[in-house]
Amino acid sequence: MAVIWREKEIAARSRAKELAALFKPRCRTSMTVSVCLGTSLLLIVCALALISYVKIGPSPNVMDVRARLMVPSRGHILGTDHFGRDLLARTAYGARIALQVGITSTLLAACLGVVLGGWAGYKGGLWDEGIMRAVDGLMAFPGILFAIMLVTVLGPGVFNTALAIGAANLPVFARITRGAFLTNRTALYVEAARALGAKPSHIVWRHIMPNSLGPVIVQATVTCATAILTEASLSYLGLGIQPPHASWGRMLKEAQPFMGRAPWLVLVPGLAVFITVIGLNLLGDGLRDWLDPNNS
Amino acid sequence: MQYLRQRVAALLFTLFVACAITFVVFNVIPGDPALLIMGTEADPEVLDTLRQTLGLDLPLHRQFFRWVKAVTKGDLGTSLRMGQPVAALIKERLPVTLSLAALAMVFTLGFSVIAGAYAASHRGRPIDFLIVIMSQIGLAIPHFWLGILLMLLFSLRWKLLPPGGFVQWHTDPRQAFLSLLLPAVALASHRVASLTRITRAAMLDILSQDYIRASRSRGISHTVVIYQHALKNSLVPIITVAGMQFAGLLAGSVVAEEVFALPGLGRLLLQAIGYRDLPLVQGIALFMAVMVVSVNFITDMLYLLLDPRIRYE
Repeated sequence: MAVIWREKEIAARSRAKELAALFKPRCRTSMTVSVCLGTSLLLIVCALALISYVKIGPSPNVMDVRARLMVPSRGHILGTDHFGRDLLARTAYGARIALQVGITSTLLAACLGVVLGGWAGYKGGLWDEGIMRAVDGLMAFPGILFAIMLVTVLGPGVFNTALAIGAANLPVFARITRGAFLTNRTALYVEAARALGAKPSHIVWRHIMPNSLGPVIVQATVTCATAILTEASLSYLGLGIQPPHASWGRMLKEAQPFMGRAPWLVLVPGLAVFITVIGLNLLGDGLRDWLDPNNS
Repeated sequence: MQYLRQRVAALLFTLFVACAITFVVFNVIPGDPALLIMGTEADPEVLDTLRQTLGLDLPLHRQFFRWVKAVTKGDLGTSLRMGQPVAALIKERLPVTLSLAALAMVFTLGFSVIAGAYAASHRGRPIDFLIVIMSQIGLAIPHFWLGILLMLLFSLRWKLLPPGGFVQWHTDPRQAFLSLLLPAVALASHRVASLTRITRAAMLDILSQDYIRASRSRGISHTVVIYQHALKNSLVPIITVAGMQFAGLLAGSVVAEEVFALPGLGRLLLQAIGYRDLPLVQGIALFMAVMVVSVNFITDMLYLLLDPRIRYE
């Protein structure tokens, strides 16, 4: 018992040290700039998504034939589309959908990928072979293709889209986690814990996992960005979010025939995707530098 | 030689797994593919005949092996809607997608290798900063949005290039090239950005090495050091990423083809999905996966030629 206690104490102390090192202001300015910039861009998108929950201003799906293709004005800050729907309200609703799909699919991919990759990396042998060959097979399908295949058989909709994109992004997480588990499995501190009589589950959850999560977190921000891009692409192709719901990709598709007369209709949703993705990428870049132990 | 044999075995196995995944997605997940194709209100007799033509009445493992056997002979099945063999339909559309991918790759390689090398050799200067920021922007711009904006400017406003559609190469090569120009630029944007970053990082890595300093101290000119010594030695990561990008382009051009109404593989895939033509969708998906796996294999083999230090034994 006492031995386990000692070992836990050491583990806790080393983790505290890690955390302290994490938040020590040792980062270069460029790092801080990219984290700050990324976070503020994302806050804008979150605020936009919140607007869609608060019922102020015009509703995103109410059509008004008299107000078709209106230029930005006091009543409609960003103008209206070809059905007279308010562009700001629709963009806000699109932010909600994008974040929903992005976060759900990333969580799905990360959880499943970490479990599969961790299992392969920790168990090794046949498990490793089997899981990684399956992952290799999945990697033969570029992200968007696999998402398209799954959406075709699952049918469209917010959850199915998130599910399809999540499944398409799973291999990356499995690979990263497996790599981290492989290096950590034979590390000295794991051997020490084992020598002290710690159970395998304890070793995995308390020792290997916390030390393997850094790259996974960084990958999650990048994957979230990719997922939002993929959702926009799928919806553009008419396979993702279905009308009348607003989604950025869908809005671009609907606006394309009218873009000569109303260029703001194609500018706004694309800009929204751009801001979200660049925000996530900047955040990911900053986090990578922050969480990378070789970068002190 | 032994390495080659191992790689070929791995390649064949990955192809088999890709087949299995395609089969699971289209034949196991939907439960009853016939219902998915015809809809739930279809006539039971029609459903039954469809099941028989598709071989759905057999047990799953027999279906799978029958399908794999046909695939190895190059028979990807018959399209339900168009009544033609899937392989023939793919062959008809492939040139458009291939030339689009090739053109996008030419832009990507040409631009990003130069920009990346230039940024690395001017590290910390304003031009480096500018290139880094541009690549960050390029990574975040959705390529189909860029395509729409390019179309808005070059086709609708300035009327310089066709706003979509495609003229076959053999009818009018110039027109064909012009109609591929905008989609290729749009497709390349994302890849240029990432390859520039890779090139820059690889070059910075090489430039910090001793032999670069040695050749500088021997008075070899800056240009020769950068473009002959350093660039040549940072080719391996560049080729790796470029290979992956080319593989991704073959399947990733679906959206660009839709934006610019190009009659390539991607649009065929979308049409097939629209008609619920599952054999066609399945065939195209498998074909794209096979292309990706083969391109990756070729990239792997290229290392052996490029870097004499790499000898897998």
